[in-house]
Parts: sequence; C-alpha cells; structure tokens
Amino acid sequence: MKSSTSRRLMVPGVAALALGFALTGCGAGNEGGSSSSSDSSLSGTLSGSGSSAQQTAMQSWRSAFQTKNSKVTVNYDPAGSGAGVEKFNGGGVDFAASDSPLNADAGEIDAAKKRCGGDAIEVPDYISPIAVIYNLKGVDKLQLDPKTVAGIFEGKITTWDDAAIKADNPGVSLPSTKITPVHRSDDSGTTDNFTDYLSQAGGGAWTSPHSKTWPLKSGEAGAQSSGMVAAVTNAEGSIGYVDDSAAGSLSKASIKVGDAYVAPSADAAGKALAASPLDDSRPENDIAVKVDRTTTESGAYPLILASYLIACPTYKDSGKADAVKAFMAYIVSDDGQQAAAKAAGSAPLPSELAKKAQDAVDTIKAG
Amino acid sequence: MSTTAPKTRSPRRRLGDLVFSGTTSGAALIILLALAGVAIFLTAKGVPALKATGDDLSGAKNIVSYTAPLVFGTLWAALLALLIATPLSIGVALAVSHYAPRRIATVLGYLIDLLAAVPSVVYGLWGSLFLAPRLVPSYSWLGDHAHWLPLFSDNSSATGRTIFTAAIVLAIMVLPIITAISREIFAQTPRLNEEAALALGATRWEMVRLSVFPYARSGIVSAVMLGLGRAMGETMAVAMVLSASGVVTFDLNSSTNPSTIAANIALKFADATGLRVNALIFTGLVLFVITFVVNFIARAIVSRADRRLAA
Amino acid sequence: MSATQQSVQEHIPLRHPRLPRWAPVLVGVASLALSGILSLALGWHVVPWVIVALLLYVLILPGWSRVVENPRAAKDRLMTSLVWASLGIALVPLVSLLYKVVAKGLPQIDGNFMTYSMRNIVGPGGGVYHAIIGTLLITLAATIVSVPIGLLTSIYLVEYGSRSRIASWIRFLVDVMTGIPSIVAGLFAYALFVLITGTEGIHLGFGGSIALSLLMVPIVVRSAEEMLKLVPGDLREASYALGVPKWLTIVRVVLPTALPGIVTGVTLAIARVIGETAPLLIIAGFTDSVNTNLFGNAPMETLPVFIYYSYTQPGVDASVGQNYAWGAALVLIVIVMVLNVGARLLGRLFSPKSGH
Repeated sequence: MKSSTSRRLMVPGVAALALGFALTGCGAGNEGGSSSSSDSSLSGTLSGSGSSAQQTAMQSWRSAFQTKNSKVTVNYDPAGSGAGVEKFNGGGVDFAASDSPLNADAGEIDAAKKRCGGDAIEVPDYISPIAVIYNLKGVDKLQLDPKTVAGIFEGKITTWDDAAIKADNPGVSLPSTKITPVHRSDDSGTTDNFTDYLSQAGGGAWTSPHSKTWPLKSGEAGAQSSGMVAAVTNAEGSIGYVDDSAAGSLSKASIKVGDAYVAPSADAAGKALAASPLDDSRPENDIAVKVDRTTTESGAYPLILASYLIACPTYKDSGKADAVKAFMAYIVSDDGQQAAAKAAGSAPLPSELAKKAQDAVDTIKAG
Repeated sequence: MSTTAPKTRSPRRRLGDLVFSGTTSGAALIILLALAGVAIFLTAKGVPALKATGDDLSGAKNIVSYTAPLVFGTLWAALLALLIATPLSIGVALAVSHYAPRRIATVLGYLIDLLAAVPSVVYGLWGSLFLAPRLVPSYSWLGDHAHWLPLFSDNSSATGRTIFTAAIVLAIMVLPIITAISREIFAQTPRLNEEAALALGATRWEMVRLSVFPYARSGIVSAVMLGLGRAMGETMAVAMVLSASGVVTFDLNSSTNPSTIAANIALKFADATGLRVNALIFTGLVLFVITFVVNFIARAIVSRADRRLAA
Repeated sequence: MSATQQSVQEHIPLRHPRLPRWAPVLVGVASLALSGILSLALGWHVVPWVIVALLLYVLILPGWSRVVENPRAAKDRLMTSLVWASLGIALVPLVSLLYKVVAKGLPQIDGNFMTYSMRNIVGPGGGVYHAIIGTLLITLAATIVSVPIGLLTSIYLVEYGSRSRIASWIRFLVDVMTGIPSIVAGLFAYALFVLITGTEGIHLGFGGSIALSLLMVPIVVRSAEEMLKLVPGDLREASYALGVPKWLTIVRVVLPTALPGIVTGVTLAIARVIGETAPLLIIAGFTDSVNTNLFGNAPMETLPVFIYYSYTQPGVDASVGQNYAWGAALVLIVIVMVLNVGARLLGRLFSPKSGH
C-alpha cells in the first residue's frame, strides 16, 4: 500500500543498512583465525561483571587467557561491585568481581550460596594502594599524618601552611594557598576504603563511618577516577585520593605509619596485606582479608583497596567449570598477578595468600 | 474517535482510508503504551524507596529529604541553561533564516546542527578539561568582588567545575535543538506578511518583530520546551563537568554545588543495590513528573497564545 | 498657505540620512582596535578582548545610527548586531570543540584504528571497529522502529485526529516523552527485556535500540507534525476535488510535499540519539569484541560507551585511553556528519519539485 513516498523515505535507511552490512561483512582485523596456535581444550564463553577498579587488570588477564585459549571468550562488564554481585547472585553472570567481600549482614553470602547450591568461592585477586594525590606548586614531597588527612578532608584544615601540616613536614616551606579537598561524586570502593582508613587510623579526627558514598556535603567532587585526577590536575592547592595506578604524574603524599612516612607502592601495599588477619567467621573457601588500617609494620602502606573474585564451587556445565577454574587459577597465579602489576600497577598477592587462593580455586568442579 | 479533518471535509470513506487511519491511530496507541510502560515501571520500582532510610539514602532521613535537593539542582541548572540558550538560539535562528545570505545560511545551519551531533560524553570531556579551567579566574574574581550578591560565594571553585559551567555546557547542548526548530518555523513565515511589513517601511527588525515572531510564538515555546527536556534529563555531561555535592545553594561559583537527578542516577547507579536502586528510580520518577508538569504549563501557554492569535 | 507648503517641500528631504555602507566595518575595526589597546594596556587574553570589542560595537554602531539616522534605524542596527553576535557566540564552542576533537582525534585514525577491535589488546594498537558496528546496527534498528511509528502518529495527529480530545492528549503525552531522561529510557528497556527473557543482568543490542527509539519517536512525531501542518490545505482540497481518496492524498500529495522537512527531522533525531551514552551503558553494555547479533544475550559495544570507558578507565597510562576516546569521538562525529549531509542531499534530491 506504500507509494513512492515510502520508497523515497527508505533510501537513507537502505543506504545506512548497506553500509552496515558492508562493514559487518568482514570481521575485525585482529579477531579470529589464530586458533591453530592454541593447544588448549577449553572452549566457551564466560561472562563476569563487577568492580570497575579491576577493569584494567581484568583486561590484561582476559587478553592473556584468550590468547592462550583461543576458543574461550571472557566478557567482563565493569558495571560496579554492587551490580556485579547482584548479577552473580541472580544467575546472570558466571563470576563477579567486587571491591568489598560478600556482605553477610546484607544477605549476600546466603544469596550466593542459594545461587550456587553451596558456599561461594571468594578470593582476593587485586590489591592496589590508594594514593593521596595533591597539586601544590613548589612542594614535590609531602608527608601527612592520617589525622591531618582527616582534618583536611573534614574541612577543618583549610590552608596549606596550617600548623598541623607544618608539623608533618619540618623544613618544607608551605604556601598559604587554600586547600581544595576533592572527593568522588560517584559511589565507589575507593571512597569506601579511604573513609574506612580515615575512621580507623584518623584517631578520632574523622567522625563519619566508612561508606561508598562520600559522607560530607562540602568540597570539590569528581566523577570516576579520571574526574578526580582531572580535578586535582587542574586546581592549584587541591588534594584527593585515587587508585595508585590512575595517579599518573601527580604528586603523591606519604602517609604516617608507626613513626615513619610511607609512600604508596605495590611493595608497601603487599606488606600491609601480609600484616592483616583473615576474616575467620566466613565459610571455608571464602577468603576475606580484614585490612589492618592501624598497622605499625615498617614499610607497610595500609591505605589499600583489596578486591575479590567470586565464583561458584560447582557449575552444571563441565566445560564452564573448567574454564572458570582455569581463568581464576591464572589470575591468582604468579603470572597473572605479575601481568596485572604491569598493566594496572597493582600489588601482587603475598605468596601465602596466593597459595590459599589457589587452593580455594582448585576446588571448583562440575556438578 | 473523530476522524474529520480540520479545514477540509472528508471525502467518501473507502477501505484504504479505514486501513490507513487504523494504522496511524495504532501507531499513536503504541506510543501511549510505551509511555504508560515507562510510568508503570518507574512507579512500581520507585515506590519501595518510600520505606528507605539513612544508609540507603546517602545519609538523608527519608526519601523526600533525599530527593528535594536533587530536584532543586535539576531545575536550577536547567533554568540557568535556558536563560543562556534561549536568546542565543533565537538570535542564531534569525541569523540563519532572515539575516544571512542563502548560501551562507545553509552552511551555518549545518554547522549548528553539528552541535547536536556531538555526543554528550565529548561535551563532558570538553567541559571538564577545557572550559572549566578557563573560567576559574572569572569565578575567583566574582568570589572576591561580588560575594555580597546572593549568587556568588567567597569560597570560589579552584577547578571551575561549578553549576554555572555545567549550565553553559547544557546551554550549548540545547542550543541546536531550540535553534533547529525555531529556524524551521521562522523560515515558514508567510512571505506576504514579511513583504507587506517591509513595503510599509518597516526596518528588518520591525518586520521580524511584527510578522515573524507572532507567527512563530508557539513554535518557539515548544522549541524551548524540548530544550528544557534535554537540559533536565542530560546525564553524562553534567556528571562529568559538575562538582556535585547535593547541597541547596544559589551560588554560581562555589566548588560545592547542587546535584541533578539525572547526574545523580548516573553516578550512583553502577554501585547501587537493593533499596538504593529503588531510591534512584524514585528520583527518576520525580524527574518524569517534573517534566510532565513543566510540559503541561508550557502547553497551556502555547494554546492560550494560539487562541489569542486566532482571535 | 501655499508658501508654507512650498517651504515644507523644500525642507523635508525625500531620503533619510543614512550611514555609509562601510559604517559597520569601520565600527567593527574601531571597536577591535580600541579594545585591543585596552587589552594591551591591561594585559588581557584574547577572550576579554573579543568580548569588550563586541560590547563596544553593539554600543557604538546603534549610537552613531541614532545620531545620524533615527531611533528606529538605530534599533534595527542594534538587533542586527545582536543577531550576528549570538551566531558568533554559538559558533565559538563548536569551533573550539571540533578543533579539540580533530586535533586530538586525527592522529589516532589509521587503518588499524578503523579495522581492529579491542579484543586481546592492552595499551595502544587497538581500534573501534566493534564500536562502529554496534553503533550503526543499534541506531539503524532504532530508526527502523521509530520512523514508522513516529510518522504514522504524526499523520494521525494532523490528518485524522487534529482537534479531537484523543489527539490533543497524544500530542501532550508525546511532549512529555521528549522530557524522558535518556537514562530512564535505558532503565525501561532493561526492565522490559528482563521481563521478556527472565534473565537478570541482560545485555543486548536491540534493547539499546528500544531505549533509543523511546527518545527518537517524540522528536520524529514533533518535527513531522510541524512539517505536515505546513502543507497548504489547498493542496489537499485540490486532490480531493480530483476524487483521490484521503489516504492516497496523504501518501501521494501531503507526504512528498513535507518530505524534505521530515527527512531533516529524522536526521536530527538520529543525531540526537546516536551519541547517547547512558541508556546504552545500562542495556547494550560493554565488550571489546565484535558482536553483530542484535538479539542475542550478549553485550554490544557502541562508540559513546567506548568513549566513556576509554575516558573513565584509561589504564595505567591515562593518555592511551584518552587518545582512544578522542579518536572514537572523531569517528562518531564524522558518521553523524555523513548521515546529516547525506540525508539532506537525498531530501533535496527527492523533493517533489524535481520528481515526476
């Protein structure tokens, strides 16, 4: 019943369609074809979701794993920790990655158990120091007591030549520039760990509980790590906190641990993790670290983010079970941890913890 | 339902007519269904948030005190954006339709449409990395010299990522929408009216004021409405540009700014679970209702203007 | 009496005094120079220099005109200046933005960038092929869904419903739909497909198309309605008088007349949604491999989402991710530009005058 008009209308559409098919006719230049070099028997598609902090590391893991096992595709959706766990518990994804361990109070452990038909496997896989970054002309080395950091972010310390900052940095000439504290405007695991650190190590100077949402309504806010870095880069006198790997060329403050000041580094983060106890109230293969923020261990940097992988102990499909197991085993292996350290600047798991994680992953089976 | 055309008398009904009119009203029905679907879904998913407290609401006591500052921010940012964009858009539309030579006008039209093609993420990049730092000196000057005005704080932003910067970016984003529609309407002004005005000795501006504007009034209102819809719902650019803390303030140059509903959803949705999701969807519902009310008022204005014009 | 008449004829000239043709140019140069002297003296940058020059121009030219010509001409000159100034102001961000995107994006574009996906690629060396495919397919599907619905609805509103209560309600609700925030459209599509398939956390390309359609339909309806309304009633009457049925009149006479405008409206609607990020983030998801299946439960990458993730998750060396983001932004803008220009050319080609 359509006349020439509709045909005319179709023309742009048809043109676009043709373009689309012309383009889809051939695959991407870097995809497919190289399966001959692989001697792996694994195949299938794994899907995961969760922490955006792990995105960079996950990309390097997936890349290495897919190269070695070319018949496996691993998709990862960095939708956020909460969303990842929710999707995992709802059965939407095969594994999840989260910036905080499954929360028993919120029923996440029970939900995961119900989904998997057994206690979920949870292992730490990504440890990263959180750097306190600042932008202050002429000051390229800064030392801060956690109490001072808390004071700055609470808005009680407002200029860089405040007595408290001077006391932390003897002999450094500090300008009277106004301090602009920058926080994350989105909810994030980084904020959660940072506020947890301030409330535990801040010696009462920080009055809010830890939370993913920045608890105060003052100061500058940046969206995502990149927004945070952009804000600090652009504003003289600003200070913020960001995953060490994202800090780029910005100056990083050393924080006071015991009597010394420690700069963020993979080594120092690993030390802090090694000095922290495991949470023993959890099921056997649910390995969660209670990070000791007040450790006085020499050279340890307790302002860290510990992120976890969550999977089921059994999968109905044996191919899937094998692939999940192989993928997770690779991640917690020395190779995988080194790959992440290179790509994302994370701290490799301490060997003892890596061994525990490997043992937990090894229990994954078909069933 | 009535199937008579307004100005013309319907010819004899035939099968083709029945099928065709049935198809068109079916399409209209689909739109209604989709809209109802959105409203029903938002309500169903938003209502549980009425029970939410404390932890689920970033520390707010209840859903009302959680939503109110966001509503304020949404309206404030959109209002500022429209204050900037409306006069500019009308100016641009006039330049293209009545001032520029034809050949240049076509090119200019393409250029302005191009602004609509720039993805909001790119506006976000540009706004936060390029525009904001360049506005810092003005903001600190205003903070030093004009903080006695209720619009400026003496605590001026060091990054320039204020609500006013966000409003500028929003204004740039809604400008091509308002311009495109106004331009089409201006260009449709009956030539006779224009030529009559000029023949009576009117200057070009008088011709525009006396023949173009009255003809285009309802079109402009609907263009601005579309702009308002986009300004209130714009998500990514605001989330990236604005330093949002969710306070209620009229300050244009402070680093502590109101947040908007859409930006708040974008920033919090990824890591939200349980009642937090419901709370965010509830704010989405509120945004939906606000646009409903705004459009209602705008439509009332339009229809009254039309009636006055007809009288 | 005849003497007075005589003197009136002598004293009122037939032409009002006019400013010379080159007056605007002269004032423009003078304003720039004056402002330039000021900015040299006070050490200003380019921006205040131009702003002050603009203000001077807007003050001086109408002022001069008021003295030499008359208040009406002065007002005309003032408004002319303001109209042109607003155009200039509107073009500043566009030029700045385009310059940034081209300057930062162009060095990224090469064969590799256009034909590679990001699968198995860490750091530089990847491309946006998968995102281009996703954007084209999702937007195309959205257009296929929304253009018929939008066009038919606008036909209903103009030709059949017109002043009926239902039509005015539909018109009103379509206006409301223009206010639907894109992120809400994404949530709606997500909930819809979770309901249909029963899979929590579903990702599929067609879901993105549905979300985009929700944003496109009202724009298509509004613009098509405006265009149909502008078709003169005489044309319809003439067609009826020849005994052509109403539906054929609409298809053969009304639509072809309004076609160029409708194509422009559709193009603008595409331009409006092709850069949408928020809904695609929720429903179409994120992947680094090519996916051409709109309907499978698998994420489909799109250019805006690619830009967003490249910017927010740039990896250790942030400049690598940002380079990807600028490059992809350039590709996206070029695609939209091609669509824009192409659709307009087609619209002109098929406008009724040139047809049979």
